[in-house]
Amino acid sequence: MKAVYFAWVRERIGLAEEDLAPPREVETVRQLIDWLAARGEGYAAAFANPKAIRAAIDKSHVAPDAPIAAAREIAFFPPMTGG
Amino acid sequence: MEPTIRVQAEDFDAGCEEALLTQGRRDVGALVTFTGLCRDEEGTLAALELEHYPGMAEEEIGRVAQEALARWPLVGLTIIHRYGVIRPGERIVLVSAAARHRGEAFAAAEFLMDYLKTRAPFWKKERRVDRADAGWVAAKAVDDEAAARWEKL
Repeated sequence: MKAVYFAWVRERIGLAEEDLAPPREVETVRQLIDWLAARGEGYAAAFANPKAIRAAIDKSHVAPDAPIAAAREIAFFPPMTGG
Repeated sequence: MEPTIRVQAEDFDAGCEEALLTQGRRDVGALVTFTGLCRDEEGTLAALELEHYPGMAEEEIGRVAQEALARWPLVGLTIIHRYGVIRPGERIVLVSAAARHRGEAFAAAEFLMDYLKTRAPFWKKERRVDRADAGWVAAKAVDDEAAARWEKL
């Protein structure tokens, strides 16, 4: 699946997007966050406070317990500040 | 009724958008247009950098627009949200709601702004006058509360 990152999540990870191939036991958004956080210093900083992270699958907001199996694109970003 | 939704770097003209919503019509009794501008925070803000999620921004604004249309019988609706570098005094967002009666137009415009702030994928970064580094604007609890109060109605 493709992962895309925005705002300070993007800056801390140092990438705007990448392809991910998590192991099969990573089934939900929350588990994917934990898996990503263990990938290195930038990821750990980006995901240090999971409560401050919002996620979208295929451009729709999802909850942390959403399954990721059918996702083509998963996005991680901070709470929105538009308007 | 198909709302007009645009996500763009360019500025917009609220008067032109209002004219487009009402031209040739005789059924519009109320038109409420909200324009959000970049303020200078007492002279400390040099500019905002607005980042967005291309594709999702348009889709999510569309979903919020459909929720508004399900609640109020609007006869016209235009929503524009800009991205990129925006300086104090410049426009950021426009919501223009046309209805038969003012109550529906006022309520829909306020609902749309409350929901856009918490759901549309945009993020503001502040360039300060006195600092080289820019910082991300934190989401405000008051915005979440403003959106949540519509769920009780």
